Amino acid sequence: MGKGRLFSIKLSSRLGRRLYNFRSNKRAYVSLYIFLTLFIISLLGELVANEKPLIIRFDGRFYFPIFKTYLETDFGGDFEFEVVYHDPFIRGLILEKGWMIWPIIQYKYDTIDFNLDVPTPSPPSRTHWLGTDDRGHDVLAVVIYGFRISVIFGLILTVFSSVIGISTGAVQGYFGGILDIVFQRFIEMWASIPTLYLIIILTSIVEPTFGLLLIILLLFRWLSLVGVVRAEFLRVRNFEFVKAARALGVSNFTIIFRHILPNAMVATLTFLPFILNGSIIALTSLDFLGLGLPPGSPSLGRLLAQGKANPHAPWLGITAFVILSVMLSLLIFVGEGVRDAFDPRKDIS
Amino acid sequence: MDKKILLEIKGIKKYFPIRSGVFSKIAGYVQAVDGVSFYIKKGEIFGLAGASECGKTTTGRLILRLFEPTEGEVDFEGENIFKFGKEKMRGARRNMQIIFQDPFASLNPRMTVGDIIGEPLIIHKIVRGKEKEKRVSDLLETVGMEPRYKKRYPHEFSGGQRQRIGIARALALNPRLVVCDEPVSALDVSIQAQVINLLEDLQAKFGFTYLFIAHDLSVIKHISNRVAVMYLGKIVELADTEELFSNPLHPYTDALLSAVPIADPTLTRKRIVLEGDVPSPINPPSGCHFRTRCQYTKPVCSKEEPLLMEIAPKHYIACHLKS
Repeated sequence: MGKGRLFSIKLSSRLGRRLYNFRSNKRAYVSLYIFLTLFIISLLGELVANEKPLIIRFDGRFYFPIFKTYLETDFGGDFEFEVVYHDPFIRGLILEKGWMIWPIIQYKYDTIDFNLDVPTPSPPSRTHWLGTDDRGHDVLAVVIYGFRISVIFGLILTVFSSVIGISTGAVQGYFGGILDIVFQRFIEMWASIPTLYLIIILTSIVEPTFGLLLIILLLFRWLSLVGVVRAEFLRVRNFEFVKAARALGVSNFTIIFRHILPNAMVATLTFLPFILNGSIIALTSLDFLGLGLPPGSPSLGRLLAQGKANPHAPWLGITAFVILSVMLSLLIFVGEGVRDAFDPRKDIS
Repeated sequence: MDKKILLEIKGIKKYFPIRSGVFSKIAGYVQAVDGVSFYIKKGEIFGLAGASECGKTTTGRLILRLFEPTEGEVDFEGENIFKFGKEKMRGARRNMQIIFQDPFASLNPRMTVGDIIGEPLIIHKIVRGKEKEKRVSDLLETVGMEPRYKKRYPHEFSGGQRQRIGIARALALNPRLVVCDEPVSALDVSIQAQVINLLEDLQAKFGFTYLFIAHDLSVIKHISNRVAVMYLGKIVELADTEELFSNPLHPYTDALLSAVPIADPTLTRKRIVLEGDVPSPINPPSGCHFRTRCQYTKPVCSKEEPLLMEIAPKHYIACHLKS
């Protein structure tokens, strides 16, 4: 792959140059790959860490427990219950007439290991590589699923808050005048609402879910982009090419999105990685305080709280700390790489 | 030349409010354009000359309704464009286009040349797809550029080339009136000549009507059929080009013409040097705007505002001395 080519497709000169700039920033490039690897592993969490085997060969037939629910009677058991594959009795039944392949980690984030021979939280061992928490959940499984939920939450929150923030900033900056002043005062008032107290009050009334938390945080997160987009629009709207577009009869909507927004995009893009990080931290801190996702969900924040509650089990706190720092650092490195690649001063060469 | 009148401007005024204080109280007005009237005939090149900040550009933009006027009307083919609704105005924009002064600011740096020139075609639903590509190529050839430049971005071109792109964009809609807002003053002299020749060629080929705004009198003299000279928001003199340049009647025009450099070092002539600065358009002098710098001031100049009057055939001036 040469300069300015992605999957051997020739890109427009500007994009190609940016891609080249990004690639030549080794730290950002490597970080992106590490992050993507971790994220893909976590997306495939069900196949990496699960309480069910991947494949069972039993009595001459194949079974895929992750994709289909089987009853104990299917394997010669006595009850019409869903199979618990960790049960030594069932295990014996299956292995008698066949074999099974397990995922690398034989536990899901909410699997309670009843076969531990030490009290919980149990230290790292051959079966639990990072130990268990005080309820007998495998820490590594929690980390994998928790990573996934954090990143997905962060991404959704970032996308939605950017869309709202950019639109608001664009409208304010483009039209200016009274509209801008009214919006600006509203935003100042809105921003002064203490978010955390509001969330505490809300969660005491309704049970917070993934969607609800997203909406509550979205109510305040969109503010972060308004300022920078507004400023960019105030600058660009007076350029002559905007007047030229107006003289051609181009509609306001098209001028905003086709003419000004691309020019305001560099300043906006540099903010995105930090907004993504902020969103992840927001969810983690809510989980840490016990105001976040409902009990039983995998969460790095809750793992952190476990570490605080069980200082005699340092593997809990250390794991949570390491995974959070690695994730946030990787995202910042990628973000810095993107920002540098989009630096207009590097465009001229 | 008894052709149809394409554009007529009647007593147009544009005052920009100056706001100050906590409640943005209007503290005064910048009287950018203060009662300007003229007409342009079909196929004519009408020059609008004057020093900086005299209101030439504002007049040009008012004609395209990029600003709403404080007073007055602009009749395009007999219809006042300021009475048009949103949709009708969009349709009317097809017939009037503008070429900007600064070719570096007037092209969107994030759009390819093809997109820039093709946009008006799409906005007004003239052609699209393959046909649009062909039209864009044709337009580029018309302004003397190679069609393969379509995929490039504005920053890859020089000032003169960019101005050609700006011209191609203005011509895309085949407008009846083109406002050239100092189209060559940002270019260096050798390129200026090229662009002016291009504008002339295009006019001869397609029969456009130009309103040519410039502060460079030699450019105006070269290109236009009739000329109006503006001073502080008003027209002070209006005549056919030859008449104006050979027989300037207004003292301001006289002073302006005496400042035009002549490429002959042996020639000496009397240069009229105006005293002081142009007064502020926020608080212009009473009566004649030019009286503070005029060497022939009479008492009446500060009392009464001189009106534009026909002194010689088709030669108008606004001055108390000659009437």
